[in-house]
Amino acid sequence: MLNVSLFIQSIVNGLNQGAVYALVALGYTMVYGIIRMINFAHGDFIMVGGYTLFYTIPLMVNAGMPAWMSVIIAIAVCTIVGVAVERIAYKPVRGAGSMSALITALAMSLFLENLALVLFGANPKSVPAIFNLPMIDFAGAKLPGKALITLVIGLAIMLLLQIFIKFTKLGKAMRAVPQDKQASTLVGINVNKIITITFAIGSALAAVAALMYCSTYPRANTEMGVMLGLKAFIAAVLGGIGIIPGAMLGGIIVGLVEIFVKVYLAPGWYEAITYGILIVVLLVKPTGILGKNIGEKV
Amino acid sequence: MLKVNNLNVSYGAIHAIHDVSLHVEEGEIVTLIGANGAGKTTILHTITGLKKAASGDVLLYDNNLLKTEPSKIISLGMAHVPEGRHVFPTMTVEENLEMGAYIFNSKDDIKVGIKDVYQRFPRLKERSKQLAGTLSGGEQQMLAVGRAIMSKPKILLMDEPSMGLSPILVKEIFSIIEEVHNQGITILLVEQNAKMALSIADRAYVLETGHIKMEGDAKELMDNDDVRKAYLGV
Ligand SMILES: Nc1ncnc2c1ncn2[C@@H]1O[C@H](COP(=O)(O)OP(=O)(O)OP(=O)(O)O)[C@@H](O)[C@H]1O
Ligand SMILES: [Mg+2]
Repeated sequence: MLNVSLFIQSIVNGLNQGAVYALVALGYTMVYGIIRMINFAHGDFIMVGGYTLFYTIPLMVNAGMPAWMSVIIAIAVCTIVGVAVERIAYKPVRGAGSMSALITALAMSLFLENLALVLFGANPKSVPAIFNLPMIDFAGAKLPGKALITLVIGLAIMLLLQIFIKFTKLGKAMRAVPQDKQASTLVGINVNKIITITFAIGSALAAVAALMYCSTYPRANTEMGVMLGLKAFIAAVLGGIGIIPGAMLGGIIVGLVEIFVKVYLAPGWYEAITYGILIVVLLVKPTGILGKNIGEKV
Repeated sequence: MLKVNNLNVSYGAIHAIHDVSLHVEEGEIVTLIGANGAGKTTILHTITGLKKAASGDVLLYDNNLLKTEPSKIISLGMAHVPEGRHVFPTMTVEENLEMGAYIFNSKDDIKVGIKDVYQRFPRLKERSKQLAGTLSGGEQQMLAVGRAIMSKPKILLMDEPSMGLSPILVKEIFSIIEEVHNQGITILLVEQNAKMALSIADRAYVLETGHIKMEGDAKELMDNDDVRKAYLGV
């Protein structure tokens, strides 16, 4: 017998977790799409967001504002950090080969984590409650309001991003640059500017992911971005790295698989099974679920 | 309108372009011919900022192009149809044309521009919603030309537009070039198909291993014995 209420709860939790992965995966995939580089420091942007929330939520609340408004500050801080990392560390090694870029990204990741260790100490910080919402009854299931609201936020942002990328001039430029940098320059797109904007958007999405994550797991520590980043990276590869809808799909799949394996199969096995799925998908389709090899005539 | 003075370009230790000077005047079709690896593409890339020069000058009117941010060059009235088409493969035909008008903001003007291109290339209109990467080589070349025209250039640089096309399509592309020219766009045409290029050009330059070997009236060069032997296979 299927327990309907548990099933619905798992769907919501899975989608919620998946939306967090998806938002982070978007950051990996957009950057990879443009400069063919895995930004290993991207997961650490979530940590930057987490600490920003920890420090700014009390200020918001004292000022009589809702706690979640701190996400605006987190977005600003993460964007600045993301753009600074790109400008200071990545831009100088662009064109120096993928190994240099990889090592620089790993170094940036370690740098951010250790900087946080110096600034904030090793003890985890307890992030204050972000959403004070009651449990909501739905088809006999009791669902936490905060899970529903973060799920709605996550999905809404992904939808907005799709619309932005598909229909706006800037969005089209962001699609054009990964396809052909030379042609992009020739039609008048400043490629460096687009790369910076891509980092800014990716970092801002990481800040939103931090808000969603901390509303469920209210703790900030220096390593919070490591596992989250890794899972989101897997999600990006699963969906097809460099493909924006692929990151969203991959994120949702990883989130759902994780929750369902935890609830219905074996709690200790969810990571092994997530990696297993990744490996199987890549064996069958090396370019990821939405990856395609379009015939490019030269 | 376009002046290249004593241009030198290197790839690392390879000195690809040696002291090249050339000029294109308003209303001309000028062609630059030469064998594989002569340096034709390198010259065009340097003019539009895709490649850095070692020394020399490139002037478009009074603008020093070597000191201009590459993405700004198209706004000065020069468009470049690159070798190998370089359409955006996972964008539709229509989106590719829109990207050609990236420097413009008025949506209405862009629509008019797209309509003009469709009139000139009915085949592109039929395929407006098709991804550019799935077009045939000839269609991609038309799209690349259409995209360049979307920026309303005064001068158009074209790099081997006939490459890889069947003889019928080569004829079609050359008649398109003449049509574009008749609309008042100046043309600098790089070609390996010297016969076709010389037949539509006013003046020509012959490039050999990075040096300008000959220059002059296109019709005269067509009758020149060295050119006939080396490039016209006569
Ligand atoms: N990216 C590069 N790195 C090193 N050498 C290069 C590079 N691009 C071109 N070259 C060299 O510069 C010279 C000129 O090349 P270029 O592509 O300009 O010739 P081309 O006249 O356009 O030839 P084709 O007719 O085959 O297109 C060649 O010797 C080529 O090997
Ligand atoms: Mg060439």
